[in-house]
Amino acid sequence: MKRRVLFLVAVLVVAGVFWGALNRIHPFGDTGRAPMDDYYLENAQQERSVNNVVTSIVFDYRGFDTLGEAAVLFTAVCSVLALFRKGSEGK
Amino acid sequence: MNPLSVVVRTICDIFAWFMGIFGVYIIIHGHLTPGGGFQGGAVVATMAAFLLVAYGGKKVLSFVRPGFYSGMETAGLVLFITAGFLGMGTTFFYNFLAGRGGLFGAVVPIGPNSGILNSAGTISVMNIAVGLEVIGGLSLILIYMFKGIRLFDDHAGRSESGHDR
Amino acid sequence: MTGNAPFLVVGIIFFLGMYAILFERNLIKIAIGITLLEASANLLLIVLGYRTGGSIPIYTLAGGTRTMVLPTPQALTLTAIVIGLATSALLLSLIILLYRHYGTLDVREIRRLRG
Repeated sequence: MKRRVLFLVAVLVVAGVFWGALNRIHPFGDTGRAPMDDYYLENAQQERSVNNVVTSIVFDYRGFDTLGEAAVLFTAVCSVLALFRKGSEGK
Repeated sequence: MNPLSVVVRTICDIFAWFMGIFGVYIIIHGHLTPGGGFQGGAVVATMAAFLLVAYGGKKVLSFVRPGFYSGMETAGLVLFITAGFLGMGTTFFYNFLAGRGGLFGAVVPIGPNSGILNSAGTISVMNIAVGLEVIGGLSLILIYMFKGIRLFDDHAGRSESGHDR
Repeated sequence: MTGNAPFLVVGIIFFLGMYAILFERNLIKIAIGITLLEASANLLLIVLGYRTGGSIPIYTLAGGTRTMVLPTPQALTLTAIVIGLATSALLLSLIILLYRHYGTLDVREIRRLRG
């Protein structure tokens, strides 16, 4: 019971810190100046001839991150396959 | 796992192929509507989960070979890296097919329009490649996790647990 | 205050995830808590990029030119979701192997048995 009271106090302290920090970045709905995203929104359709700006960012403007992500997915599949092998069960 | 009742098997017969076609539609129209390779691949992988739950593990594992899904995943990743290296004249991952009039190269009018399927050069090729990889990878995870559980049941000598029929 | 409600929802989901990780005994409930934690982080990324009255950043059949929301946080969230999926798959596989070895899913029993 004492552990839960301590947890609640810690949650209130951390929540107070987060609330103070999140109030000082922009309010919800008003992002201020975003020059990189304005460049993407205006020039993606003319340069890359694509309608979906999000897909052009994922696969064309930042395609190297998608290569890393495909590698992570491949590594996860290889790890799950390696955990369930029937290697030395019959000894 | 034991197969479920006749009602569930009939609904699975009707809906599993619908899920497959819907997932492929999301993958191919990735440059026009919200979606793309990762989302469509996850929708098609739920087709494998659906078949596994409705028909029981023994029948599905005797029907499908894991080498098929493994080949699909490897082909997807190799196609993705090749599409990146082919534009090496300018830079890695350069979109050399856009606006050129060739394979995926129609020119798109500026501003709101109804979409053209033939546009957006290497982005469409990469969508299909990542879709193939995610389909193969997630189905392989499901099949091998199920084989791991079944290994445990046969090894302990009891009948298959966790089901009420 | 009600204008900032999405940030509050992110905090509530984060708190629920942390409660599930710290105070639950079943291993699968701890795995659900980790998934909740990742979901709250992805939600914070998307909520940061909203413009009031904006539409989705897609030009297909968009009626009239209005403001659009920022597309970059959505692209980063795609990568984060796939990485969360890889973490969950490995976590659940390890839970299956733990159950095969110890015969129970209770965290306090496993700590006491010492294999």
